[in-house]
Amino acid sequence: MKVYHIQRILPTGIGKTILHYDILHIIAEEESESIMALTLSEKIFKSHLRDEPFPGTKVLDIDVVMCHEITTPIAINDLVARGKDRVFDPDKIKVVIDHVTPAKDTKTAQQGKILRDWAHRHQIKDFFDIGRNGVCHALFPEQGFIRPGYTVIMGDSHTCTHGAFGAFAAGVGTTDLEVGILKGVCAFREPKTIRINVNGAVPEGVYAKDIILRIIRELTVKGATDCVIEFQGNVVRKMSMESRMTLCNMAIEAGGTSGICMPDGITVDYLWPFISSEYPDKKAARRDYRRWWSDRGCTYVRVIDIDVTGMEPQITSGYKPDDVKGVSEMAGTPVDQVYIGSCTNGRLEDLRIAAQYLKGKTIAPSVRGIVSPATPKIFRDADRLGIIRIFMDAGFCVTNPTCGACLGMSNGVLAPGEVCASTTNRNFNGRMGKGGMVHLMSPAVAAVTALEGKIADPRHYRKEKLR
Amino acid sequence: MKSFGGKALFLDRSDINTDEIIPAKYLTEISKEALKAHMLEDLKGFDPQAPESRGARVVVTRANFGCGSSREHAPWVFEMNDINVVIATSFARIFRQNMFNCGMLAIELPEDAISKLFRHNDGTAEVAVELRNDTLTISSGRGRETVPFQIAKFDKALVEAGGWVDFADAKY
Repeated sequence: MKVYHIQRILPTGIGKTILHYDILHIIAEEESESIMALTLSEKIFKSHLRDEPFPGTKVLDIDVVMCHEITTPIAINDLVARGKDRVFDPDKIKVVIDHVTPAKDTKTAQQGKILRDWAHRHQIKDFFDIGRNGVCHALFPEQGFIRPGYTVIMGDSHTCTHGAFGAFAAGVGTTDLEVGILKGVCAFREPKTIRINVNGAVPEGVYAKDIILRIIRELTVKGATDCVIEFQGNVVRKMSMESRMTLCNMAIEAGGTSGICMPDGITVDYLWPFISSEYPDKKAARRDYRRWWSDRGCTYVRVIDIDVTGMEPQITSGYKPDDVKGVSEMAGTPVDQVYIGSCTNGRLEDLRIAAQYLKGKTIAPSVRGIVSPATPKIFRDADRLGIIRIFMDAGFCVTNPTCGACLGMSNGVLAPGEVCASTTNRNFNGRMGKGGMVHLMSPAVAAVTALEGKIADPRHYRKEKLR
Repeated sequence: MKSFGGKALFLDRSDINTDEIIPAKYLTEISKEALKAHMLEDLKGFDPQAPESRGARVVVTRANFGCGSSREHAPWVFEMNDINVVIATSFARIFRQNMFNCGMLAIELPEDAISKLFRHNDGTAEVAVELRNDTLTISSGRGRETVPFQIAKFDKALVEAGGWVDFADAKY
């Protein structure tokens, strides 16, 4: 017998931020002994299990090991020092220079060089250097490297993004990465699954970012530790892959090991250029992906129902990603910089949303606007659609694809006392520069905030049509 | 195996993130040694020169320690400062795994046991960790107490192997 803890979050009224909680305890039907109902994450663990060295510890075969220049060079140096400068499979290793690019100083140039030399030495063909490089969690999905049912690791906490494709994708440290590179395995305590059902009608001005901020407020920054967060419900079913990536990207901000979505027709459409030779048609691919879906009767450690009808845009106020408020509570707060980009919200959909609010307008003279399209393809597509022009006409600085500003490494570091309205994922004290304050928000809130020079509510602005 | 224990550094806050433990601007370093001077640099209220901070070997803290970025630079900066044990109410998963992967200890204790340890925060507290029987003993001007702890068998094996690379290399 399984006990579900189900929590429903329903708005009490349009524009109100106080929500009503109705906690139910449901006792599910007896579990059938013959059929073991599994969650998507459990199915992946079962299919990738290499070893269980101790009860509760599962060593998995890894399908994709992703590397960037910040956390990989020390692993490479250690492998060299151990006389084990090898890779388990060069085709399963994907490499990008993305955090500080182009290099800003000797140290970052060295990091790039160590990664570049290593990739060449081991004939890793999927290596993305200047000109082809972009933010890892936007670039690698765009290249078609992630498939439903995959296991993915990277020395980067936002690896959970790739769960949007129905993969188990976990951020790891450099040592896990090093073993991944050498042996193609990684050890985990098998995570439990938290299910979030997002239903209702998404209001104008509300996007995936608002929904995930609202969820993190509910879960808190540690509520999903050692858990996978499974996103379900009507709203998620209709979401683009970009929006699903935004949801899954911030699973780590609630402590989650991976975000995860059921791979469906929208997943197939996104992946079709890469999988069309594997299936006779899209329908066959959809049917095949269906096997990964969480089974009816599987076990969730917690279920949360969220009705987004009437929800207002969300924004963070303090130094933790669960310090979340409705935008109306924060409206009028002056900002010095607006940043649109990152693995959370630097995709074409995000740039398009912001551009709809910015078209034909200019940002407040007191504000520095920075936009960083997350990959060269996004940059090129945004250019083709006239979006880059809209940003530039509005007074934004358009930077090359890079993670730089999000973690205060380059391309938009704050001075002490400055405030940044940002579409990124972390508002930690000093995150974008020592002494700086970060408010996390959607591209829509960021765009109208740039227009006003202070935090503003996109519901009060008209969206322009783009070509 | 390394020895674990020594002077305790108390960090009385929950949700201390790895940006606070080692800010991102130092992630351009490619040696662990270069991190040494920057331990807890962005943690508000922490003074590395204060007498209670100097010579610490063990960190005692609250819930969700090491949340945020996956950077293993966080355990490394502790290692470079001769701290190889963190005792907390709970850890963020990646930080916890990084500690064990480096052959260091991340010990979780219930909230009341952590509060008990905090009562010894008089600037002289020492923690001795005994891995043979999974206990730790804190002693200070306020007395001496022994607390049992549990760590997963796998995590203990990593500590005994000196880390995950050696363990995995021997086994897979």
